[in-house]
Amino acid sequence: MISANLSAIFYLVSGILFILALRGLSSPDTSRQGNYFGIAGMIIAIVVTFLSIGNFSTSLIYVIIFLVIGGAIGAFIAFRIPMTAMPELVAGFHSLVGLAAVFVAISAFLNPEAFNLGSVSDIKLASLIEMSIGAAVGAITFSGSIIAFLKLRGIMSGAPITFSGQHILNLILGIGIFVLIFYLCKTQSSNIFWTVIIISFLVGVLLIIPIGGADMPVVISMLNSYSGWAAAGIGFTLENTALIITGALVGSSGAILSYIMCKAMNRSFVSVILGGFGADNSSDNKKENKDQKPVKSGNAEDAAFLMKNASSVIIVPGYGMAVAQAQHALREMVDKLKKNDIKVTYAIHPVAGRMPGHMNVLLAEANVPYDEVFELEDINNDFANSDVAFVIGANDVTNPVAKTDPKSPIFGMPVLDVEKCKSVLFVKRSLSPGYAGIDNELFYKDNTLMLFADAKKMTEDIVKNLD
Amino acid sequence: MEIDPFIFRLSIFILSIFIGYYVVWSVTPSLHTPLMSVTNAISSVIIVGAIIAALSGASDSIFNTSSIFGFIAIVLAAINIFGGFLVTQRMLQMYKKKKDKKK
Repeated sequence: MISANLSAIFYLVSGILFILALRGLSSPDTSRQGNYFGIAGMIIAIVVTFLSIGNFSTSLIYVIIFLVIGGAIGAFIAFRIPMTAMPELVAGFHSLVGLAAVFVAISAFLNPEAFNLGSVSDIKLASLIEMSIGAAVGAITFSGSIIAFLKLRGIMSGAPITFSGQHILNLILGIGIFVLIFYLCKTQSSNIFWTVIIISFLVGVLLIIPIGGADMPVVISMLNSYSGWAAAGIGFTLENTALIITGALVGSSGAILSYIMCKAMNRSFVSVILGGFGADNSSDNKKENKDQKPVKSGNAEDAAFLMKNASSVIIVPGYGMAVAQAQHALREMVDKLKKNDIKVTYAIHPVAGRMPGHMNVLLAEANVPYDEVFELEDINNDFANSDVAFVIGANDVTNPVAKTDPKSPIFGMPVLDVEKCKSVLFVKRSLSPGYAGIDNELFYKDNTLMLFADAKKMTEDIVKNLD
Repeated sequence: MEIDPFIFRLSIFILSIFIGYYVVWSVTPSLHTPLMSVTNAISSVIIVGAIIAALSGASDSIFNTSSIFGFIAIVLAAINIFGGFLVTQRMLQMYKKKKDKKK
């Protein structure tokens, strides 16, 4: 058994190690070391908890057994999960953090003595507020993440689900939670506590169902943030510095990522939350003039010819590449090009993929060196000096309309200046619009050659033609 | 008059938000996915609460309503801790620099 002061110091140490873990991610070189700091911080926190309780009875054995069970499941998932499924995995993990927060709060409510929070139906006021907020945020995180998981997994349609009065209902429920917490503090009634949790589960579902598939990067970041606030709420209840520090770190991390994602789509956070994007019915009238506009289409042979004669090629990958699992074929193509002394770089839009940084991970998995992969602002000027842009699975993020047509729903969104390249190869299955529901002007440019095919198949064909 | 310990915790909380703010802005965008998985892993430090909850039932019986919630929370948090750190590690291993290798 160690003293409360000593354990508090150790919790502080583990909090600092977590800060270093995030700090390490400022560059891929230091990131692995950062991850070890994180692991060390976690081990310290767990060991100190054991020591500070000082209860080495049989129940400790059960704790370890359950820890090992969970750890084995987690390790199994971590090794088996394909990199394309990272967004679902992260959403799923968020739900677990949320649910764990709810359960810890419930446990503290049922047995406050164990946590030094007073006694049943006489819980300290501050603790009661903290634990109910922690439980509510945790519950919202849980059910919201489950919906996000189902949408990302494709079990549930990615289309926004909206009904009239939705926002009013959310508002009423949100206020209801606060009112109930207020009464909970007055009455200490367990029924009210359970009601708060149930309503919060409902709010989580209602918050996420109206949000469309293209907004998923924002949703995941937002839920990331919520899971942090939930942990912080529990941290206040348990008077645990490690949890408070971590909760604050994770909370602000998720909030910043949401902000970055919103900015990359030129949308306000509020409009994402209110949802319904991509459900516009304005695409109908655009279909008509689409048929009239001429499109140049080519095959793998043309594409191979163009690229072989180029001196620099920029690859623009998007979510479609992930869906088609084309990243390895793409890498093969790039290798061939490099052998011909062609300079190849990758341009990544911040919202390419279904979560922040998704494309970077997929390219890294396909052994693409990270110093060949550039972010939007670093590479956008290079398009004008390049011969070929190879757009694979991206769409809206290349649409010049965002720069030219103030009426377009994506006007003002930062896009890749793909059209400035001498020629553009656009791999796509059909002319259908992307998630934003708008036609891509790029298809009809004189220097664009459309390659209508599955991304993986087309890339493989190009590889064959490069020989 | 003594300062309520809550104020100290609140100070830690608010300062940590600022630390988080500056640290996360310095994270390179290409590592945003590992950032999410590692924040996931570290937020599972909530397991300390789960352990306290699970061990609380020891005096009379190991499994009572309160401790069962604790045990389940341990499993959930442990999935996250191991899953989160390992998948982050797996991703970070893949980020390689250009090698001037000759084929």
